[in-house]
Amino acid sequence: MVVMARWTARRAGENGYLVDVPDADPAQLADGVRGLCQERGIGLVEVVPGMSTVLIVFQDPRAVQIETLLAEVDAAPASGEVGTLTIDVQYDGPDLAEVAALTGLAEQQVIDLHTQTEFRAAFSGFAPGFAYLTGVPQQLRVPRRPDPRPVVPAGSVALADEFTAVYPKRLPGGWQLIGTTQQPLWIMRRNPPAVIRPGMTVRFRQVG
Amino acid sequence: MVFFRVLDPGVFTTMQDEGRPGHAHLGVPRSGALDQESYRLANRLVGNRSGATALETTMRGPRLLWDAQQFEDVSEPVWVAVTGAPVPVRINGRPAAFAAAVRLLPGEVLEIGTAVAGLRSYVAVSGGFVNKSPLRSGSTDVLSGLGPPALAVGHELPVGPAAPIPSIEFVVPTGVFHQPVLDLIPGPRADWFTPEALMLLARTAWQVSPTSNRVGLRLEGPALERVRFGELPSEGMMTGSVQVPGNGRPVLFLNDHPVTGGYPVIGVVTRASLDRAAQAAPGTTLRFRLRTALR
Repeated sequence: MVVMARWTARRAGENGYLVDVPDADPAQLADGVRGLCQERGIGLVEVVPGMSTVLIVFQDPRAVQIETLLAEVDAAPASGEVGTLTIDVQYDGPDLAEVAALTGLAEQQVIDLHTQTEFRAAFSGFAPGFAYLTGVPQQLRVPRRPDPRPVVPAGSVALADEFTAVYPKRLPGGWQLIGTTQQPLWIMRRNPPAVIRPGMTVRFRQVG
Repeated sequence: MVFFRVLDPGVFTTMQDEGRPGHAHLGVPRSGALDQESYRLANRLVGNRSGATALETTMRGPRLLWDAQQFEDVSEPVWVAVTGAPVPVRINGRPAAFAAAVRLLPGEVLEIGTAVAGLRSYVAVSGGFVNKSPLRSGSTDVLSGLGPPALAVGHELPVGPAAPIPSIEFVVPTGVFHQPVLDLIPGPRADWFTPEALMLLARTAWQVSPTSNRVGLRLEGPALERVRFGELPSEGMMTGSVQVPGNGRPVLFLNDHPVTGGYPVIGVVTRASLDRAAQAAPGTTLRFRLRTALR
């Protein structure tokens, strides 16, 4: 029997493969890869979901037949461990008026859209615990600021293009800041310390 | 606790170990010693377990006082070994051996000079440097800010309990190349570039820019032209990726690189080549040699 892999992989260096995932959730496929490799005793260094890819880094690529692995792996259904998170936000960001102007919405409409939407943590990057949340409605899509800020405070809730995110710590940044949360998003003593992890569903709730 | 006191931090000296792999999906770079082979050798020479925290210097190393004389119970000397970029090592002004375990008595000052070749030397101490270890690594990550700050005057660097010193009479120090050649496996996004771009990458003597750091080596040379334009949806980045931003000038990602990125990667250098890249000081000329991946 010939098993056709649903996904194709490109070589990424000595021990990595970049898998194109056009038709599934990369975060779920990443979980599937982790599960299967654990079952088979295949040593992994990293499994990194991207916007439409998964980067898999093996300890020893010679121990792996990537096509076979990809034929057998399935995008794991959203597991209970990953789950849903609600973040309390004060919509007091310095760019809220600017976002309203750019979108042609009233400020409260911006807030309503942001709190009524179920977002998905697609991938992480930029800083530890910084998750790119997708699912931003078309009406809410705004470009990055032309002049990035040297300092964006921790807890800032922001919009840029197709993404929304919460700054886990004080960072420079060019995103439009619409609010702030008091909830910590990176808790070092916890395992894992990232509160938002790829694959999670995230909602925002207006407070204050 | 016994410790070294920093009299002079050198140009830029950080704590490094094997880094914190396995957290890239949470936005955490691997970090860790850039020249892993030299780092491991330093630990071996002083009998440390693998993974012990050592110092990574940049160009000119620190001056450190072995501040143990105030403790009555500690009359023991401490052993240190310096590897990586060859550098003059002095104890209280007297020359000491490079790439060998050398003994330091309480109150003595260890001085790591300026590298005569390469860029980064590693200073291991018997017992290892002890610090806070977020995600089980004591490495300073200059991109994410995880790990201890770089050394500064007056810092106290605690040292853990030492294991016996192994009797190693001689080792061949890890090499540092004046014009390093890095093995590069094309992809995963080589198809975003003209076929000539890959040849140009391999033919060019690239110069390491002074704006390089632990995040990456910026390379000066001709622009690599793309056939595909537009944005690449953000994807995971390997350490060793040669990423090509809009201006066509490649950046070779070292250990503190961003875990995801939106510029195409024309090729990825091998693990062993990364050790050589770590020693490429600004102004160094380096070349790439195209390889195919084993499987």
